[in-house]
Amino acid sequence: MVATLRPKPGPARSYRFPTFTDERLPSGLRLVTAPVSNLPVVTMLVLVDAGSTNDPPGREGVAALTAGLLLEGTPLLSGAEIAEKFERLGTSVESGADWDSAFVKLTTLSARLEDAATQLGQILRQPAFPDREVQRLKAERLAEILQLETEPRGLADEKFSEFLYSPDSRYSKPDEGSTETVSAISRTDVENFFRANYRTGSTTVILAGDVTPESARALVDKAFQNWTLGTAESQKLVATARTGRKSVHIVDKRDAPQSELRVGHVGLPRKVPDFFPTLVMNAVLGGLFGSRINLNLREAHGYTYGASSFYDWRRGPGPFVVSTAVQSDVTAPALHEILLEIERIRTEKISDDELSLARDYLDGVFPIRYETTAAIASALATLVIYDLPADYYDTYRNNIRSVSVDAVLSAAQAHLHPDMLQTIVVGDARAISGSIAELGLGEMQVHGS
Amino acid sequence: MRIPVETFRLDNGLFVTLSEDHTTPIVAVNLWYHVGSANEKAGRTGFAHLFEHMLFQGSAHVGSNEHFELIQRAGGTLNGSTWLERTNYFETVPSNELALALWLEADRMGELLPAMTQEKLDTQRDVVKNERRWSVDNQPYGTMLEKLQELVFPPSHPFQHSLIGSMEDLSAASLDDIAQFFATYYTPDNAVLSIAGDFDSAEARTLIREYFEPISRGKGKPALPPMNLPAVFGAPLREVVQDDVSLPRLFMAFRSPIFGSDQYYAASIASTLLGMRKGSRLHRALVRERQIAADAGAFTLDLAKGSDLLVVDVTARPETPVTQLEEEVEREIDLLHREGVSDEEVRRAQALIETDLIASLQSAGERADRLSMFATYFGRPELINEQVDRYRAVTTSKVNELVAERFGENNRASLLYVPREGVESEKLLAAAVGAG
Repeated sequence: MVATLRPKPGPARSYRFPTFTDERLPSGLRLVTAPVSNLPVVTMLVLVDAGSTNDPPGREGVAALTAGLLLEGTPLLSGAEIAEKFERLGTSVESGADWDSAFVKLTTLSARLEDAATQLGQILRQPAFPDREVQRLKAERLAEILQLETEPRGLADEKFSEFLYSPDSRYSKPDEGSTETVSAISRTDVENFFRANYRTGSTTVILAGDVTPESARALVDKAFQNWTLGTAESQKLVATARTGRKSVHIVDKRDAPQSELRVGHVGLPRKVPDFFPTLVMNAVLGGLFGSRINLNLREAHGYTYGASSFYDWRRGPGPFVVSTAVQSDVTAPALHEILLEIERIRTEKISDDELSLARDYLDGVFPIRYETTAAIASALATLVIYDLPADYYDTYRNNIRSVSVDAVLSAAQAHLHPDMLQTIVVGDARAISGSIAELGLGEMQVHGS
Repeated sequence: MRIPVETFRLDNGLFVTLSEDHTTPIVAVNLWYHVGSANEKAGRTGFAHLFEHMLFQGSAHVGSNEHFELIQRAGGTLNGSTWLERTNYFETVPSNELALALWLEADRMGELLPAMTQEKLDTQRDVVKNERRWSVDNQPYGTMLEKLQELVFPPSHPFQHSLIGSMEDLSAASLDDIAQFFATYYTPDNAVLSIAGDFDSAEARTLIREYFEPISRGKGKPALPPMNLPAVFGAPLREVVQDDVSLPRLFMAFRSPIFGSDQYYAASIASTLLGMRKGSRLHRALVRERQIAADAGAFTLDLAKGSDLLVVDVTARPETPVTQLEEEVEREIDLLHREGVSDEEVRRAQALIETDLIASLQSAGERADRLSMFATYFGRPELINEQVDRYRAVTTSKVNELVAERFGENNRASLLYVPREGVESEKLLAAAVGAG
């Protein structure tokens, strides 16, 4: 017989998010350093205020393309030589852009940090944007868009954004651009974007791991000397809903064995005042394995392998979405259950038990999230991107713990809008549209894939 | 840089590895059962994985779904996964919750069956069928692993059949199967328990004794049929799959030395220099220079018995004809086979692997999982500390011996995905070519 009594937890050991320094160097560059030295590893993350929301209209995708091209050549080195130089040091650099920033990052053994950082500085100082590489990366993005046409998950995400936001909103188009906009980008567009956005005043270097603030400062001073001074201007973001009424869009995929479902509406900007109650509310609704939506759709009904809800946090109001894939013949019942759950969390208080599950999880899991230098660097990036206070991580757990049942109900009522839900289904239209029409999800449109 | 490793074995056969590290107040508990899809009987493909789902449905003192709830309430993360040769279960929790994680694992190892019901089995069967639809049937190239297994392993070989299983076999699984599988494979003498992170070794030993010692040893498991295979296929193998995909994609597999063998490290370096990161041969030649591929990579499956597989994975650009994709990949492999690799390439691969190995040890869950892996496959968890040296010891001539033996025409299996014929995909292709 195994012991029948559940063990009780012992006394908790205290944990603190790694302390870090945050300074502005004479060049205007911001430097954030978190010394953590259990293993000889360092992550270096360069963050530039040059994300996709800075894309000029008609050239959507240029931010992502520019970030990708940073590593594809300088006047002296080809892209292949750059890749080789880093890989010989046992590291490789990754670059890209998300909605709010462009990033360049690498993780290296600390003994090779200086070489890697120096190389990185040299390369970022004068990217040459060779035309051949511009054309190649464009072609690779176009191939990726084509792949999406047969990839139901990605297609559902993309169509959801398209039907959620007004066409003049940057968020209505893929962050890396569409076939039309990517095709229109020229080498000059890339160069102009770089000149306008890559400035010291718009750049933060984050170092986390086996490094000291002093050595980090010396390293960054040396690596990033002669960068263009000044700060870039951000564009005004339009992020309005496409429609004020609920509606349903079916993207036809003949004979699909499953329907990919996305149900949601325009959500909230990251700096919303009731961020913590909203976070806990979403954890109860669909943010955990034990959340209402997953237990209902997966464990009670067996409709799906998994179902979740989340707020896609951005500087502007990103989407709120319930996301799942269900077998085709239960598409309508699954949608019905999702709507019920959204309605229920707005009308009834959650139980104390549900509140404690969400709070205890979010509080307790905190130290597990920051085990690696890459995770710590990315947490620091969150502070920089959203301009959160320096004690954000020190107060995080208290903020979670102080969320009440009433605060969750208020957040649900304020931030979930059943009348504005947009429902996107990628599935077999012939088989599912009749039963979906009976759900009253608003006007229905069927689209060819 | 070494991580500490202690081991002991309980009288019932449970092998335990402990690795203390007090940097962060968290601890990882990890259990490997030495059973995977390879152990499934005929007509029950997918059963090992379905069984993994059932392990989260409660046990004698744990309610349905309570395992998840208790760990998440404790502020922990958890999951399980099934592979051809093993099934693992793992949780990372705040260090003061170690006892809970161990107790939950012991309760389901000792007394799973009282909690099993037909209703739970039926629901999880539906969940797994939806997992199959989601990750295999309704996903471009999703059938890759099962098609590859079928192509490269002989019919009676334990690695030949699907891991996720067929819908028909999943439908046939019964509660009797659950009871039999549990009694045969989920026994302490067929498992390894690893703990890594912030804990006290003496306390952990006491808890492990208290919770796991009462569980009885198993009666032994049936031996797997012979798994050894010749070093090469003998003749080229090829299968073309017409599927709902936008771009042609070629998976070319090579029989390669089993995980952990001396030759494995040479194969792993060959795979890295061929297809890991942008400086690799395939990326450089096919994506960057000749621009016929949208993406190119290579990996090994890391099978520890019979024969491993090294797989090259190249996706065509929209304008690249399928025949050209195949020819150009063949050409790269021919070149490798004919001329071998350079010292420079081997050093690049070694450096990349070393950084990845060390960076991965930052996570307690990763350390515990690797300890379990080395203990399960080789009875030697301390191999975790020898990996960097094993890779460093590989010379260019060792890689070239491997390449000469394994990359010839007699050891290539091509699994080629091409867009299903039809107006739709032609239209898409035409549009993309026009746009580029």
